[in-house]
Amino acid sequence: MSSYEARFKVWRGDVKGGGLEDFAVEVNDGEVVLDIIHRLQATQAPDLAVRWNCKAGKCGSCSAEINGRPRLMCMTRMSVFTREETITVTPLRAFPVVRDLVTDVGFNYTKAREVPAFVPPEGVGPGEYRMMQEDVDRSQEFRKCIECFLCQDTCHVVRDHEENKPAFAGPRFLMRVAELDMHPLDAAAETGLDRKKTAQDEHGLGYCNITKCCTEVCPEGIKITDNALIPLKERAVDRKYDPLVWLGSKIRRRSTAD
Amino acid sequence: MSVVDRQEWDVVVVGAGGAGLRAAIEARERGARTAVICKSLFGKAHTVMAEGGIAAAMANANEHDSWQVHFRDTMRGGKFLNQWRMAELHAKEAPQRVWELETWGALFDRTKDGRISQRNFGGHEYPRLAHVGDRTGLELIRTLQQKIVSLQQEDKRETGDYESRLKVFQECTVTRVLKDGSRVSGVFAYERETGRFFVLEAPAVVIATGGIGKSFKVTSNSWEYTGDGHALALLAGAPLLNMEFVQFHPTGMVWPPSVKGILVTESVRGDGGVLRNSDGKRFMFDYVPDVFKEKYAESEEEGDRWYEDPDNNRRPPELLPRDEVARAINSEVKAGRGSPHGGVFLDVSTRMPAEVIKRRLPSMYHQFKELADVDITAEPMEVGPTCHYVMGGIAVESDTAAARGVPGLFAAGEVAGGMHGSNRLGGNSLSDLLVFGRRAGRHAAEYATGLPDARPPVDDVQVDAAAAEALRPFSAEGPAPGEEDGRPPENPYTLHQELQQTMNDLVGIIRREGEMEQALEKLADLRVRARRAGVEGHRQFNPGWHLALDLRNMLLVSECVARAALERTESRGGHTREDHPTMDRKWRNINLLCGLTDPTGGLAATDPVRGQIALTRETTEPIRADLLALFDKEELVKYLAEEELYE
Repeated sequence: MSSYEARFKVWRGDVKGGGLEDFAVEVNDGEVVLDIIHRLQATQAPDLAVRWNCKAGKCGSCSAEINGRPRLMCMTRMSVFTREETITVTPLRAFPVVRDLVTDVGFNYTKAREVPAFVPPEGVGPGEYRMMQEDVDRSQEFRKCIECFLCQDTCHVVRDHEENKPAFAGPRFLMRVAELDMHPLDAAAETGLDRKKTAQDEHGLGYCNITKCCTEVCPEGIKITDNALIPLKERAVDRKYDPLVWLGSKIRRRSTAD
Repeated sequence: MSVVDRQEWDVVVVGAGGAGLRAAIEARERGARTAVICKSLFGKAHTVMAEGGIAAAMANANEHDSWQVHFRDTMRGGKFLNQWRMAELHAKEAPQRVWELETWGALFDRTKDGRISQRNFGGHEYPRLAHVGDRTGLELIRTLQQKIVSLQQEDKRETGDYESRLKVFQECTVTRVLKDGSRVSGVFAYERETGRFFVLEAPAVVIATGGIGKSFKVTSNSWEYTGDGHALALLAGAPLLNMEFVQFHPTGMVWPPSVKGILVTESVRGDGGVLRNSDGKRFMFDYVPDVFKEKYAESEEEGDRWYEDPDNNRRPPELLPRDEVARAINSEVKAGRGSPHGGVFLDVSTRMPAEVIKRRLPSMYHQFKELADVDITAEPMEVGPTCHYVMGGIAVESDTAAARGVPGLFAAGEVAGGMHGSNRLGGNSLSDLLVFGRRAGRHAAEYATGLPDARPPVDDVQVDAAAAEALRPFSAEGPAPGEEDGRPPENPYTLHQELQQTMNDLVGIIRREGEMEQALEKLADLRVRARRAGVEGHRQFNPGWHLALDLRNMLLVSECVARAALERTESRGGHTREDHPTMDRKWRNINLLCGLTDPTGGLAATDPVRGQIALTRETTEPIRADLLALFDKEELVKYLAEEELYE
C-alpha cells in the first residue's frame, strides 16, 4: 500500500454556528483518522481545534463522530474506509460545541460529582484489605472505562433530549454506581446509602430502556448494558417490588420517624 | 495596571497527573485551599498510559522482599547516581502509598489469598509491582480523581460549594511562575478554551508537569510532555539536575509509521515474553554487563526455570534494566539482525496460551490488533527503543520536595530530578509520584499556611510581561536583520518537527560529541526562528497558538539535555556516548546543574551563539554508611571511586 489523497469533510465553527469544510489530504500506510486531522493542522488549518492526548486509545480524549458514528479518532484506521469514500468528521452531538471538534463535556464532570464516593469499611486499615479476584472482576471491568464519553454521546435519552440531562446521569455514571455497588468492601449501606435506590431515584436509571447503544460504541468493549445497567435495574426492581423489602423499608422508616 | 482576573489560593499545583493529584489531595487534607491547573481534561493526564504497575515492597508475592531490597535495586538501576535519600524514602514509603489507594476505592489484581498481586519487572529482584492488568496508570489516575471528587463532596456538604477548598482548572496552561523577590507569589496562566489570561496568587506552587518526550520524534509520550514544568522552574531561577539522562524504553511499536513509539509494556517481558533477532536468537544473553553478571541467567533453560522457581535460578536477561535492553536492541538492529521494520521481535505467542495473554495483557492485545493488524497470541511483535522518560529534572530537597533556591516552589514526579539517578526502573515511576507527590503537597501546605508575614504580593509588571509574551505569536516579528522584507512568519508545527528530528538524530539513544555540537547550533537556529512563530485565527481553543507557546519550553529543555550530554564524558544509564563508551567511577558523584545564562529570566532568544543555558558541576553528598552497608564490597567497587570506598 502507498500514499493516496483522501477527501475529508470536517465540521468547523463555534457556538455561533459553522459547517462542514472540504479538505483533500495525503494518507499513508497504517494511519488513523487522528493522523489525518494532525496533518490538516500542520499543513492547511493550523487553528483546527481538536482534543487528543495519548494517541493510543488509553486516555479517551479524541472522541468525535466519524461518518456519524461516535468513535475515538486515534483508534479508527483509515484502512476501514475505501479510498473513494469521503470521510466526515463532526464533534460529539450530545454536547455543546466549543470550537471545531472540541465540545463542552462539563455535563459529565457534573454527573461524576453527584455519585457518592467509595465508602471505606470501618475498622479495616490500609494494608488490611482482603478481596478475592473473582469478587473484584466485575467492578474492574467497569474501571477499564477511559471516560471518552462516547456512551454518553450516543445514548438516545440525552442525545437529542437536552431536557433529560438534569435527571439522567448517563451510562458512564450509572455504571459507576454499579461499580461501587459491586465493590466487595464498599460500606455505603452501613451509612444508610442504598446505591441501587439512588440509581433509580437520583441518577435516572429508569430512563434507560436497554437498547445497548452504549455497549456498541464502547472502545474498551465494556458490556455496559448487560453487566452494569441490567443487573442494577434488576436489583433496583427487586427492592422496589419485593414485598418483604417494601415492608422492611416501611417499618424502618416508621421507626426512624418515631 | 493589568486587568487580568485574579484569585487567591494557598497552594497551586501545576499538573494533574499522579504526582499533581496526590499533592493536591495532601495539601487540601492539611488545610490549604488548593488549586490544580492542568492542560488537558481532568483525568486524562499522561499517567493513564503507565501500564506495568507500582513498585512497592509489600512482600505479598515473595516474603523476602523489603524496603532495603527495593532501595538496592533502585540504586543499581540508576547506576548509583541517585539522590540516595530520595531512593530511601521512596522504598520505605511506597507500600503505605499503595495501600492507601485501596482505602480510596482502587481495585488491584489479587493474590490467591486476597492481597494485592505483585508482578516481576526489569531490575526488581522480587515480584514487586502492584498492578491492574496492563492498565495500572488508569487505575491510579481514576482513584486519585475520584478521591478529589470525594473531598469536593465533603466540602459541598460543609460549605455549599464543591470548589471552596479544592478546585481543578482544567484545560488551562501556566506560562510563568510569578515571584516577589526570591519567593513565589503565584502563576500566570491562560484558559485554552477562551484564550483568557488569569493569575492565581499563591505563596506555594507545586510543579508536577511530567516530562519532555515531545522534544523527540519517536516517543511514547503524549502531546502534553513539552517540558513545561522544567522550563517554568528554570525561568523562575531554580536549577535543573542531570538533564542528560533520558530513558529510551526498549520496547515501543515500530510499525506502522504513524504509531511508531507507542509503548509496549515491560510486563510483556515480566510475564515471560522474550526478545529475538532475525536469526531467532535470544540475543540478550550476549548483553549482560559486568556489573550485573552474577545476577542474571546464563542459559535459556535457567532463565525459563526462574519464572517458576525464582529462589534457585537467576532471572533472564530480558529483565535487565531498560537502558541495557534498549542499547542491546539498538546494537542488534545496527548489526543487520533486525526485524523487517527496523526493530527486533518480542514474542509471547510461543510462551503463554492465548487466553493467558488476553487476560494478563489485554491492552497490548487490543493495541496490536487494532493498530498494526498483529495478533500477539499468534505471532511476535516488532519493537524498538522509544523516548519514554527523563530522569533529570528540577533539583529538589529530598525530604520536602522543595526546589532549590526558590522559596515556595516545590516539584514532584517526573519533573523532579534525582530520585532515579541515571536510569529509572519500571514501576518506580508510579510509586515516585505517590511518595513525593504527597511530600510536596504536605510541605507546600505547611509553607503556605505557616508564612510568618503577609502573603507575597503579585507584581503587575510581571503579569503584563507574561501577557505580552503569550500574545507574541499573534504579531510574529517582521524580517530578521539583513533578511528581505515580507518573509512570512514561521509555522510552529514545522519548527516542532525540526526540533524533534534534531533531538532524535543528534541527542538520541547513542550520542557523539560532534553531533551534539551540531544539535546545539540547530537549536540556536530554531530558537531564533521560534521568535517569529506566527499563528492564524484567534485565541479561542487555537492549537497552533498553544504549540507556539510550548516551543519556548521544548527549546529550553532540549538545550539542557544537549549541553549536559556534551559535558558528561562517560556512559551511564540513560546517557550513552559512543566516544566514551564506559562508565567512569569519577563521574559517579558528579551532578550537572543547568541554569539560565541570564538569571533575570529574560530569554537570550536572538543571540544564537550565547545560548540560554549554563552548566555547573556539583559533587554529591556521600551515601550514608548504613545504606552503603546494604551492598557487598565487591559490588560497590564497580561503582564507587577509590576515595569514596575508604571514607
